[in-house]
Amino acid sequence: MKLYEYMGKELFARYGLTVPRGKMVTSPDEAAAVAAEIGAPVVIKSQVLSGKRGKGGGIKFADTPEEAREAAAQVLGMTVQGLKVEMVLVEEKLAIDHEFYVAITVDGAAKAPVLIASAQGGMDIEEVPDEFIVKEHLDVCLGVQPYLCREVCRRLGLTGAVAKEFGRLLPTLYRIFREKDAELVEINPLVLSGEKLIAADAKVTIDDEALYRQKDLPVVDDRTEAERQAHALGLSYVQLDGNIAVMANGAGITMGTLDIIQYYGGAPANFLDAGGGTGMEATAKALEILLSTNPRVIFINIFGGITRCDDVARALVKVKQEKGINVPVVIRLVGTNEEEGVRILRENGIEAYKVMHEAAAKAVELARAQG
Amino acid sequence: MAIIVDEKTNVLVQGITGNQGTFHTKQMLGYGTRIVAGVSPGKGGQTVEGVPVYDTVAAAMENHQIDASVLFIPAPFAKDAAFEAIAAGVRVVVIITEHIPVHDELEIIAFARRRGTIVIGPNTFGIVSSGRCKIGIPPNQFFVPGHIGVVARSGTLTYEIVANLTANGLGQSTVVGLGGDRVVGLSFVDVLEKFEKDPETRAVVLVGEIGGNAEEEASLFIKKMTKPVVAYIAGKSAPPGKRMGHAGAIIERGKGTFEGKVQALTAAGAGVATLPFEVPGLIKEALG
Repeated sequence: MKLYEYMGKELFARYGLTVPRGKMVTSPDEAAAVAAEIGAPVVIKSQVLSGKRGKGGGIKFADTPEEAREAAAQVLGMTVQGLKVEMVLVEEKLAIDHEFYVAITVDGAAKAPVLIASAQGGMDIEEVPDEFIVKEHLDVCLGVQPYLCREVCRRLGLTGAVAKEFGRLLPTLYRIFREKDAELVEINPLVLSGEKLIAADAKVTIDDEALYRQKDLPVVDDRTEAERQAHALGLSYVQLDGNIAVMANGAGITMGTLDIIQYYGGAPANFLDAGGGTGMEATAKALEILLSTNPRVIFINIFGGITRCDDVARALVKVKQEKGINVPVVIRLVGTNEEEGVRILRENGIEAYKVMHEAAAKAVELARAQG
Repeated sequence: MAIIVDEKTNVLVQGITGNQGTFHTKQMLGYGTRIVAGVSPGKGGQTVEGVPVYDTVAAAMENHQIDASVLFIPAPFAKDAAFEAIAAGVRVVVIITEHIPVHDELEIIAFARRRGTIVIGPNTFGIVSSGRCKIGIPPNQFFVPGHIGVVARSGTLTYEIVANLTANGLGQSTVVGLGGDRVVGLSFVDVLEKFEKDPETRAVVLVGEIGGNAEEEASLFIKKMTKPVVAYIAGKSAPPGKRMGHAGAIIERGKGTFEGKVQALTAAGAGVATLPFEVPGLIKEALG
């Protein structure tokens, strides 16, 4: 779950990090009021879950409350990186002496957290040359110790009061990372203003699997309705823009199913991993979700391990009888309880495929015929 | 020979009295796995499928020689159960559980490293040394003994490929599921090293997917291998920024793309299958 910038900054402030004075608002009038309260000049920042907002025109400056009203009116309702802006953060414009980059994230290859820092902040870290980036893998049993802060400061060329501030910030950032089950905490830029380090941006991503124990965090839900329904059933669903609705069991084989559809020239409408051991009822509901997206064809690809073929067959028959299915369905069914599943389908006039690529080719052919 | 587990491996099932634990204990016994004990706090003294149940891993270890443990434990409690097995000195810990928070996984792996424990998973189907020992959840009938090593990030896709191998007369030495999460115990390289040394393994199938850089790292090792490797990478059609079920399967900031992985693997001399059913043909070609 990605947090909006203003939420990330609220989180930082709770942990004692310095953030610019400001407030999230949803109307030009409020923006003007906040600008008056802070005392202009201010910056108006669109709140969308995407980077590169500046390049998309989603960040504007204003010298007076009146200008702040106009800027907010422009930004609110515009589209940044394909996302509609419904909130803006109005905050003090900082006097910038220097911009740093600092982040803590999970390095899957190293199987450890990694601290990334650079004295060349403000731009996309991917564009900063390697020799200007400090990368330190962290031991979860140790965290960020003072010696590590001293070493990071040395390599960034920091001394005196700034080094001291940096040495205070790093362990705090690590605490947020650990205590909030974050996959990423990133400050870019971290602004040096006088002797103060101020988090001028906040990018925080919380591990979805840990949300059950992070009840005090705000909820950000940018999923589509179908994605939400599937998630409630414990299924993994991602909407795509094609016309062949797909259901398979297992993330890998679902991806493989999308690939094979594309290989034959078709376009998948979604990724739906029905998981392992999903019972008849949940499978039927998953099918209803697929139907609700109005595809041209439904393609079900089941290699039953824990998943039982007869459950899938019964689910399909149930939906067909109760809701009616007015698009062609192609089903490939092998594995646990295969004979039973195939028999149930046959009794209901559905012929199952045994081979994955033959079934995929058929689904693509039918989608074309419907076009 | 096989890698990591074989017919002599004594296995403990943690969470043996739960639905999944009981079901798969029966399946694993049916495959011939030596399940010697189970653990379920508060259920010590019971038996499941004839297997004695203990309250703690330490209690089970006092009464049995145990080489490997498999966890059928709900995500919120999986970290504790893994710690318990590692602390008790179990050599191989197989974590089937999915949806474990990544910070818990970081802690499990950090502890396992200190103790020299092999962790398979989390979010894995497990490990099968065909015909000898199955620790995990794959359907029994598709895994037959032979000389192909398989290492994979995902489950059902691996069954698909193993079934294709078996149907083409290619049995397997060992099939290892690394797990679908971003942080897992073993890397492709860890397993490839073992296959390279295993006299019974003649060729290796690597089943990867988009996201991360595990396949790119594997390529560096494949370059040095004497045994042929055939790879299949899932997720060619996945758009960037969309997580495809597995925590690791996401193209972020242009990294972990299908094209990048295929290029790295091809440059390393691996055969790359476009579709799963092409894998057996490429293996036969590579073996000559």
